[in-house]
Amino acid sequence: MAAGRTASRAAQALILAVVVGLLALLVTTTADHLQQRGIRSGFDFLLEPAGFSIGESLLPVEAEDSTLRAFAAGLLNTLRVALPGALLATLIGVLAGFGRLADNPLVRGLASAYVNAFRNIPLLLQLLAWYFLLTDLLPATDAALRVAPGVFLSKSGLALPWWVDGALEIPEPGGFGIDGGARLTPEYLAILLGLTFYSAAYIAETLRGAVEALPPGQRLSALALGMTPRQAFVLVLLPQAWRAALPPVTSQLLNLFKNASLAVAIGYPDLVSVAGTSLNQTGRAIECLAIVIAVYLLLSLLAAALSHRLEQRALRGQAA
Amino acid sequence: MSRLKAALAALALVSTPALAGKTLDAIKAKGQIACGVSTGVIGFSAADSQGQWKGLDVDVCKALAAAVLGDANKVRWVPLNSQQRFTALQSGEVDILSRNTTWSLTRDAALGLHFTAVTYYDGQGFLVARKSKVTSAKQLKNAEICVQSGTTTEKNLSDYFRTQGIKVKPVVFEKFEPSIKAFFSGRCQAYTTDASALAFIRTKEAPNPDDYVVLPEIISKEPLGPAVRRGDDEWFAVVKWTINALIEAEELGITQAKVDSLKASPDPAVQRFLGVGEDLGKSLGLDREWAARAVKAVGNYGEIFNRNVGADSPLKLPRGLNAQWNKGGILYAPPLR
Amino acid sequence: MMLVTLRRRFFGDGLNTALTLLVLAALALCLPPLLNWAVINARFAPDAAACETLDHAGACWGVVAEKARFILLGRYPADQAWRPFLAAGLITGSWLAAAFGWLRGGKLASALFLAPLLALPLLGGGLAGLSDVPTELWGGLPLTLLLTSAGMAGALPLGIAVAYGRRSALPILRGLLTGYVELARGIPLVAALFVASFLLPLFFPDGVAVDMLWRVLIAIVLFAAAYLSEIVRGGLQAFPAGQLDAALALGFNRWQTQRWIVLPQVLRDVAPSLANSAIALFKDTSLVTIVSLYELTGSLGLALAGDPQWRPFYLEAWLFIAAIYWLGCALLAKVSQRLG
Repeated sequence: MAAGRTASRAAQALILAVVVGLLALLVTTTADHLQQRGIRSGFDFLLEPAGFSIGESLLPVEAEDSTLRAFAAGLLNTLRVALPGALLATLIGVLAGFGRLADNPLVRGLASAYVNAFRNIPLLLQLLAWYFLLTDLLPATDAALRVAPGVFLSKSGLALPWWVDGALEIPEPGGFGIDGGARLTPEYLAILLGLTFYSAAYIAETLRGAVEALPPGQRLSALALGMTPRQAFVLVLLPQAWRAALPPVTSQLLNLFKNASLAVAIGYPDLVSVAGTSLNQTGRAIECLAIVIAVYLLLSLLAAALSHRLEQRALRGQAA
Repeated sequence: MSRLKAALAALALVSTPALAGKTLDAIKAKGQIACGVSTGVIGFSAADSQGQWKGLDVDVCKALAAAVLGDANKVRWVPLNSQQRFTALQSGEVDILSRNTTWSLTRDAALGLHFTAVTYYDGQGFLVARKSKVTSAKQLKNAEICVQSGTTTEKNLSDYFRTQGIKVKPVVFEKFEPSIKAFFSGRCQAYTTDASALAFIRTKEAPNPDDYVVLPEIISKEPLGPAVRRGDDEWFAVVKWTINALIEAEELGITQAKVDSLKASPDPAVQRFLGVGEDLGKSLGLDREWAARAVKAVGNYGEIFNRNVGADSPLKLPRGLNAQWNKGGILYAPPLR
Repeated sequence: MMLVTLRRRFFGDGLNTALTLLVLAALALCLPPLLNWAVINARFAPDAAACETLDHAGACWGVVAEKARFILLGRYPADQAWRPFLAAGLITGSWLAAAFGWLRGGKLASALFLAPLLALPLLGGGLAGLSDVPTELWGGLPLTLLLTSAGMAGALPLGIAVAYGRRSALPILRGLLTGYVELARGIPLVAALFVASFLLPLFFPDGVAVDMLWRVLIAIVLFAAAYLSEIVRGGLQAFPAGQLDAALALGFNRWQTQRWIVLPQVLRDVAPSLANSAIALFKDTSLVTIVSLYELTGSLGLALAGDPQWRPFYLEAWLFIAAIYWLGCALLAKVSQRLG
């Protein structure tokens, strides 16, 4: 027994030595390269001016603002698209899931056509299509579509009334298109719609799977108790299925967060896109990508903790 | 703040630059130059439908291959987007970055590269739709401007409009193709990049070139030229002097067609250039006919210019600043002697 | 009887009736213009001038014929087109064999591993008289298929090794592997591709320059292996302990038990999940266009963006590509079903 323990200790020490050795080799090779080629390194660039401005952001970034601020704006932009996206995806996903389970063949057919199409085409391709639709088919900015009073839709995106300095500002046609109010750019709308409809298709499928996996006795006994089929579905099947579907749905929503990084392909300044730009302005590739990876890992950990709590609560609900 | 800055700097892996590598020897051993080019800017570097690379930047690499290896075709073309280009050079994936890249202090000093010489004097301009009735960049208040990320263009844009006291909204794209697609679909009211590229975009990419105009303002200096990795003076010198040789060849009247016949020329400068008399190649680590081979492969600078971007090309760009110093331009090769 | 059921299903109660009418109205509103655009007013010949006069009242399917080679093969040299086609055929063939049960068990596994292995020299050349084609020129559908199948073939052995490693008795090994799996699963693939594109070259020793394609493939393998290892680990955990005892009783040692009894069964059990991962990877390969490899999605942009004459017919070409992806996913879904 003691011999076994010693052997296992030796094996672990060996593994550790190999891994540490490899890492050391990696770091020294890289450091050598940086030194040989006179590439500056370090995180001090975060406090220097970014040198580029960000077109759309909750946190305005001009060229003279710090790179750190640009990164913060990128992260905020990621959240600005991922949070509403998660909400909308859940809503639409649940609706489409109902549709997949509906008695009505027309509704069922429509819902399965949607789920089938959106799950089997790469998200990036879908984003490109949304962006194409929004920038090619909508009217030019000077001929914006007036959807409702003060709401305009054009190649420059969606203009909405919004509170500016405490007063409601109504957008109106101006020099270059629409001035005033709040604006959702086509880049933002494309990534939001893309993420929403892609994730919703997965959520719908998860929910359907969860309902169909319930033992048939559940439905039959509910019917026997005098419930209508719809009551049985809403009051008996759905709550149980929702609990079973919760972990896969949260992992879908986490995917949505990670997929927000595809924004880079259509020019929406999310975290990854900002990191790419400042990587190019400063040449600090290692540092910029390290920040991206750290932020995403942190977000994943947070999301994991949150979903764990949700599951615990769901379990307690079941017990009670 | 400064303490924070120092702490952040301390996280650096290294801080001191230095010293020589042996790029030239490696190239000779491999028998190939790895040349970083663009993913497709017609006139500078673009692959035609047969996969053959053509353009001014491409010819620089071909001239180098002819000078160093004796064969203009011994080049490995590595297409790079604007974000990948510097890391590709830093990491040794390419030996030379010949990719319409602007020479600036930060790039020269902090990115681990050295610019060798200017092969094209450019400047940043704007392209707008004719029907927008915009005739000056100063009218672009509140306009959305499509721009490609990872370029000096992005920086110039915010500098220029700041001095003008005008606010514009940049719409930044990762890649060239989506950026022009967005502009021509009407997503932006203006497109900005180097004037030479604007000419190409207007003539080759616009559905109807007459519907678009290039605005008169040139808002920046964009000296474009090839860069090499830092710390290898030998290779740096080879690239720099091969480009100088191409420029000098035009001044001396040495053309692709006349390289061989001019060997009998009594002009000592021509003789030196062609390696008939003095051996200039030796001090660069090359043989005596290096410059003659370079010109024989791609022609002199004037021929390269005309073929790719000038009068004999679809772009029809004027020589402008890129004419020889004695013809009203600022091209001035230090003497080859 | 039928009629009654049908009537109940479409018009059972108020809600149902409303839904039926709503869907019918939507279809009546959307289908005719769609049909007009896609078929009745459409042009099928690759004639840009004729398409322009349509002014988008009808589809211009000619763009697919005109750009097919560019979209399907990217910049691969035209005179060598048979090579990428054959490579794509090999990989598709191996998937078809799995989907329709032409091959089973060990033979199927070898076919799935061999197809990308054969496709590589076929595309790259340099042997058997094939001319060298640098990886920068690979593109289109063969590249998409290659990245998927080579990615899976590389990731599966690694994933199995990681899954076993995470069950080892050595805490340090477990910790390191858990760290790797969580790291890979925590970041988006785009970030991993950026690392492959920008950072890997700095890590390699002097004089070693690895093509972008290989770097991207390394990133894909490491990324996918983390997900596959979780699937295999799940399978190992669910494996009934009784069989282990039986195997030991029969005189198998630990290694033999795993190799001949546990692993084959576990792999068979998790095969549908592995196929689902292949679907995910197949779609995810589209992201490599972000680091300038022109696979199917990238070659769509390449084929159309640079050509003002055909650029307006992006939607038609897009539908063509989307259909290819859809078919690929359907094929892999069939594999998943078949293996289940």
